[in-house]
Parts: sequence; structure tokens; C-alpha cells
Amino acid sequence: MNVLDMALNIGIVAVTLAVLLCAWRLLRGPTITDRVLALDTLYMNAVALIVLLGIRWNTALLFEGALLVAMLGFASTVALARYLSRGDVVE
Amino acid sequence: MQPFLEWTAAAVIVIAAFFLLVGAIGLARLPDFFMRLHAPTKASTLGVGGVLVASMLVAASQGRPGIAELLITLFVFVTAPVSANLMAQAALHLQLHSRAPVPADAVPERAPD
Repeated sequence: MNVLDMALNIGIVAVTLAVLLCAWRLLRGPTITDRVLALDTLYMNAVALIVLLGIRWNTALLFEGALLVAMLGFASTVALARYLSRGDVVE
Repeated sequence: MQPFLEWTAAAVIVIAAFFLLVGAIGLARLPDFFMRLHAPTKASTLGVGGVLVASMLVAASQGRPGIAELLITLFVFVTAPVSANLMAQAALHLQLHSRAPVPADAVPERAPD
């Protein structure tokens, strides 16, 4: 096993732990903005995990998926934050 | 794959994974919302950027242009501060209280709306 595979193993394990911690914060709260922040961080970690798996499996197909996940994460975070602060998503 | 590129990509992956983990630990462990907002929005941006830089290095070593990685990096670096700012605005609108030691007269009173 070469050094890149070892680094990918370490990275995938660390990002999975980060996903679990974010999921714990998402379930626990205590306020609604904490849950929104945990969802945003979860999207970030999902992008990182998809990119790491794309390096691991040596395919370029996963990067468009990662780009889509990043865009969906930004859109959902903006929509939720606008809903919380304005009471309406589109004015 | 050249050994120099391989070692560089491996080091960047490990550093980026460390930053992502630190951001998530901060999100789970810090005491109030504004401190929790501070940890993942900075650390996770750097972590995702590092992972994408490593991916660009691997793609360059295989002779394929890393356009999608570059796009994701730019998108994440542009949108992460915007979403953090919007979440902070939502928290201020909901009038969450911070546990940070600020003097009572440091924040002006909200105008009645």
C-alpha cells in the first residue's frame, strides 16, 4: 500500500468522524440555527468525502456530483437562514 | 505517479482531514451558537479546499485537467462566508445570547421594529 492510499484511509476515517459529530449536533440542537449550521457543515463534509472517494476509486465522475452537492448545500442554507430571519424565502 | 506529487498530495489530504475533524469537534463541543458558528465555517472551508487541492494534484499527475475541482474550490470559497453571514443574521434576529464575556453596554439596543 503506497503513501497516497494510507493518507486516503486516514482522511476518509477523519471525515467520517466529522460527519458523525455533525449528525450528533444536528439531532441535538439546541436551537434551530444550530441545526442549520450542522446541516451546512454536513454538506461540506459530504463534498470532502465524495472528493476523497473520487481520488480513491480513480474516477472523474464523482466531481460533478460533489459540485452539485455543494450547490444544493449553499441553496438550502441560504433558504433556511432567510426563512429564519425574514419569515419568507423569496420576497 | 511521481513520488514528489504523491507525497505532497498525501500530506495535503492528511492536513485537510485534520482541519475538517477540528471543525466538527468545535461544532460539537463549543458552548454557544456564535462560538459554534466560528469553528466549522473557517476550518471546514480550509479542509474542503485542501482535499480539492490534493485532488487537483492527483489529476495533474494523470494528465487530466482538474476543472471540476477548481470550480468546486471557487464555489466553496465564495459561498461559505455568505452562508455563515446569513446564519449569523438569523441568530441575531432570533436574539440568541452569547456566553462570551462582552460588557453589557457594548452592544447597542435594538431599535423597535
